[in-house]
Amino acid sequence: MLLTVPTMDLNGIREVRVARTRNDLALAPGEAVLAGGTWLYSEQQPGLTGLVDLTGLGWTALEADADGLTVAATCTLAELTAYEPPAEWRIQPLLAQCCQALLASFKVQSTATVGGNICTALPAGAMTSLFSALDADAIIWTADGGERRMPVAEFVTGVRTTALRPGEVLRALHVPAHSLEARSAFRKIALSPLGRSGAVVVGRVDPDGTAVFTVTAATPRPYQLRFEELPSAAALARGIRSIGDWYDDPHGAPDWREAMSVLLAEEIRQELA
Amino acid sequence: MRFEVNGSPVDAAPAPGQVLRTLLREHGHFEVKKGCDAGDCGACSVLVDGSPVHSCLYPAHRLEGRAVTTVAGLGDPEHPHPVQQSFADAGGFQCGFCTAGFVVTASALPSAAPADLDRQLKGNLCRCTGYRSIRDAICGTSNTEQADVTGDAVGRSVKPPAAMRVVTGREPYTLDTATTGLLHAVVLGSPHASARIVSIDASAALAVPGVHAVLTHEDSPATLFSTGRHESRLDDPDDTLVFDRVLRFQGQRVAAVVAASVRIASEALALIRVEYEVLPAVFDPEVARDAGAHRVHGDKDPVVSRLTHPSRNVVAALHGEMGDVDAALAASSVTVSGEWRTQRVAHASLETHATRGWLDSSGRLVLRTSSQVPYLVRDEIARIFALPADEVRVFTARVGGGFGGKQELLTEDLVTLAVLKTGRPVQYEFTREDEFTIAPMRHPMRVRVTLGATASGELTAIAIDQLSDTGAYGNHGPGVLFHSSHESLSVYRCANKRVDAEAVYTNNPPSGAFRGYGLGQVIFALESALDELALRLDMDPFELRRRNVVVPGDPMVTIDADAETDLLYGSYGLDQCLDLTEAALARSTVEAPPGWATGTGMALSMIATLPPRGHFATATVALLADGSVEASVGTAEFGNGTTTVHAQLVATALRLPVSRVRVRQSDTDAVRYDTGAFGSAGVVVAGKALYEAAVSLRSQLEAAAVEVVGAAASPADGLAHHPAGAPAWHAAPDSAEGSARHSAGPAASSAGGSGRHAAGRAAAAPVAPPWSAHSGRHAAQDDPESSVAPVLTDAGVLVGERLVPLAKLAGLGLVGHGSNDGTPRSVAFNVHGFKVAVNEATGEVRILQSVQSADAGYVLNPEQLRGQVEGGTAQAIGTAMLEEVRVEDGHVTTRAFRNYRVPQMADIPVTEVYFADTADELGPFGAKSMSEAPYNPVAPALANAIRRAIGVRPRALPMTRDRVWRLVQGRDGAA
Repeated sequence: MLLTVPTMDLNGIREVRVARTRNDLALAPGEAVLAGGTWLYSEQQPGLTGLVDLTGLGWTALEADADGLTVAATCTLAELTAYEPPAEWRIQPLLAQCCQALLASFKVQSTATVGGNICTALPAGAMTSLFSALDADAIIWTADGGERRMPVAEFVTGVRTTALRPGEVLRALHVPAHSLEARSAFRKIALSPLGRSGAVVVGRVDPDGTAVFTVTAATPRPYQLRFEELPSAAALARGIRSIGDWYDDPHGAPDWREAMSVLLAEEIRQELA
Repeated sequence: MRFEVNGSPVDAAPAPGQVLRTLLREHGHFEVKKGCDAGDCGACSVLVDGSPVHSCLYPAHRLEGRAVTTVAGLGDPEHPHPVQQSFADAGGFQCGFCTAGFVVTASALPSAAPADLDRQLKGNLCRCTGYRSIRDAICGTSNTEQADVTGDAVGRSVKPPAAMRVVTGREPYTLDTATTGLLHAVVLGSPHASARIVSIDASAALAVPGVHAVLTHEDSPATLFSTGRHESRLDDPDDTLVFDRVLRFQGQRVAAVVAASVRIASEALALIRVEYEVLPAVFDPEVARDAGAHRVHGDKDPVVSRLTHPSRNVVAALHGEMGDVDAALAASSVTVSGEWRTQRVAHASLETHATRGWLDSSGRLVLRTSSQVPYLVRDEIARIFALPADEVRVFTARVGGGFGGKQELLTEDLVTLAVLKTGRPVQYEFTREDEFTIAPMRHPMRVRVTLGATASGELTAIAIDQLSDTGAYGNHGPGVLFHSSHESLSVYRCANKRVDAEAVYTNNPPSGAFRGYGLGQVIFALESALDELALRLDMDPFELRRRNVVVPGDPMVTIDADAETDLLYGSYGLDQCLDLTEAALARSTVEAPPGWATGTGMALSMIATLPPRGHFATATVALLADGSVEASVGTAEFGNGTTTVHAQLVATALRLPVSRVRVRQSDTDAVRYDTGAFGSAGVVVAGKALYEAAVSLRSQLEAAAVEVVGAAASPADGLAHHPAGAPAWHAAPDSAEGSARHSAGPAASSAGGSGRHAAGRAAAAPVAPPWSAHSGRHAAQDDPESSVAPVLTDAGVLVGERLVPLAKLAGLGLVGHGSNDGTPRSVAFNVHGFKVAVNEATGEVRILQSVQSADAGYVLNPEQLRGQVEGGTAQAIGTAMLEEVRVEDGHVTTRAFRNYRVPQMADIPVTEVYFADTADELGPFGAKSMSEAPYNPVAPALANAIRRAIGVRPRALPMTRDRVWRLVQGRDGAA
């Protein structure tokens, strides 16, 4: 039934728990985890009766080691933008570009989290663009107390759907070192200059020459094209067109999104050449 | 939980799932506004520990130990924060509902570089200003004068009287007040676009503790009405009930729960069991007239409800022809024809519709509502509920934006029913989603145009064929249809004109009144067709207009050459507007990005200065005991700036500083009557009534002073000799400083003589308005028996050499009365020009130059007028390029700002604004209205510029990047 209900508060919520340990993450029926809350509180959440606030767990936002970079799910976009990586990592511009691609303002970015953005699984999710383009792994805490990993590009399975199973929580994103050392280029287009992304393409050339093109926003989920080296314009365009799964919503018509993805990818190819 | 708000400790227990915004308002912090409750608009912005956040997204349970600062905590009117002062000085607001959020955000910008503002303020929406004045505010540019300028206040950029209250969060809007024992109404909307209610079981909902009533069609008065409101209630079809058993659009009221809180009401709402019989539906206006189409109001009597053909879903029709269009077309050297479409547009006022109602101590129903038309709402509420009109009081506080969307009765009826049922105060507040789904929107139209012309570019025929989708209810459908082809066509001199126009019912959400009231839809088509004609003739589009527009002396007719009209050329500045815009475009030196296509386009529009067939205003001006002047008018302030102009008019008439004028408004208790704030009537009708009242008070003061002097034995009575005495309002010796300040202005400008008032304006307004020249004062001066002519100054009334301080007259209870009946009417003009660059590979349109010239007559307040033009332009750029309420089989898919693109700061270029130098014979001081008008020529001017750039004509709005890209694809594909 369609209800016209004020969205001011989440009126269906009976209890909010602030998690202090992993044990607190055992979710009761009707409970969901809360990170920044900037999306969760922006729409009614039918069926939700309880929230478990992850921000009480005190996860370290960003941790670098020899393997790469681990970003906590609760790391805010503002923290990510402010991150100063080691000199050999060339990703800072990409971090900033992706954070700026977010529709929401800097006021939201100070609260919105990386994990929240990815788990919301909107096609235009800026953190989905970033972490899928970097071939990051999603580190997932499973309901039985264990942990599993999968590529972010596969974690987001469609519009508003992810690979999370009941009781699972996205704990962190791990970016491999070769992605951090890669050269990258970013392009975004929307129906208005600062509007919600209609197409986002990120290109990456790793130290070994591997080229990866990741398309988001234009498609219901991330799509990636891998080449042993930078492809020809024709090969790249052929690859992009072969995606064949173009999203349709008020932020752009599917045929335009396809054409823009081809166009932006080619611009990136030229920039990285 | 303990936290601080503006330095004061708060101890609160927020509900689970509650957000900071509602918690702050629960604690009386009404300065924190609700614009969207989704983090999109920024009106609710506050600082938490110094960082700006959208309080509607901030979980209240995280507040422990934190410090919150609202706009009211940043400063107060006496000690404003520098940003607050800047917003007041720049004139950086119109309705002011978004201002709290802008001020808070601007106070905490991570960098002050103007170049970054677009990005930094993308989380703040303003629907009124077009952002230029907000940019000025943040960059410290001042555009206004102090509000206590003395003397001729008209013609100056006086600050709005509410400026300091607005920028510091002190100005209360509709719901910004505490009411003891308030209940909340929450509505169950229909899940079906077309259905009949078989049964409703509300027993479980009624059993919820805190629920006071569940209202359904069984509680509804049987009186049909229209949500659209006009001076004549017969203008709008009577097809609506408070609760209808038949549901004609998705979201239509099925039931309402009235409960102690929104939370309880929402919980109870889910327990209502409704059985529906789903009915056939019609969504496509093109098939609505077909024989087999579902009859949306087939149950209505066409006479009782005033519907043209309910059996064909036709609400209203206009068919007529002047001359012989077909013959003229056959004889024309050149003909052009085409079809254009406009979309559903939401008003997107930052303050949603809302009403709070209660019974006062005498049992009278009181409604505090966000409305442009409190008197019309009062009369219709009285009619629906069979109450005497004097047992209903309707008033508005400052209204947070209107644009026509609040010329409707959308929340007041439900609140009335709930108050009468429960005897308790009740509030009903639209959500932002409601604004996109159940509040009427701009009528979508399909307009076909055929033009004929001679080889030298003289129009020989204009024919339009028009279909308007009025949605499930007919409110404003007839009025918008009839108006749409009026000034749009009558601005062109052409012997043969034909209009075939119909407005039809569908099961789509209702359409309603929107800035421009139908003109914009037809102007988009007609001005596009004229551009096509100019191309066909290889003629400059300005030149084509000059050859065909009416000039004084030409009849302004659409399809009836003999129609009686009160529409006159009170002034004429269309020629100047064409010249100004053309010259500005020629001056442009802005370069397009390399490789982009460029084009220049223009369009014009004419509009009557107020609605036809009567628009009435009464007003009073009283001198109060405390020495201030109270000006009472019925019209509402919703960002139109009329309050400022009203204060200027009264101050000018009474030779007082503007700051001494208090405007009391938009309250059915304030004055006898006012039709309302629509059709741009706030200045030219209510303003004239108010000025007349002020002039009346002036003559009464002067007459009273003569009596005082006559009765006075000596100056020792307190009557000062002038100029030796203290010529002061504050006659008491301890206020000499204030006296000196107030005396300076008028002494210098007191030209004396009977023509002083008119002479004071002569430099800017060469035509002395005849209506302003017959004040009582002049009569007194012409009176041969009056040996000494009294003269009102800001210090008092000068009778000969004696000054009677106003304080001496304040206790007499003098009140000036004025009224205006809104006839005859004049015409105003706008010409917009654009230079654009188009990236043909992406469809991106970049506006390189935007120019609008306006003929508003004498300019009463230059900064405010500029703001109206800029704001109208910005709203129209939204319509032209960004905005669309999408409806699929009756279901609205764009239900939030994040999916409905109200222009952000980044989307709106600076518009050069020019004013024609005219003075109207009819308007106050020669002024004409200018609120709706600037919107109308923008979309076609932009479409024409894009056509000239890419070689393909856009025929549908909005011209989004994907659509422009498709136009280019079609061109290249066809080539």
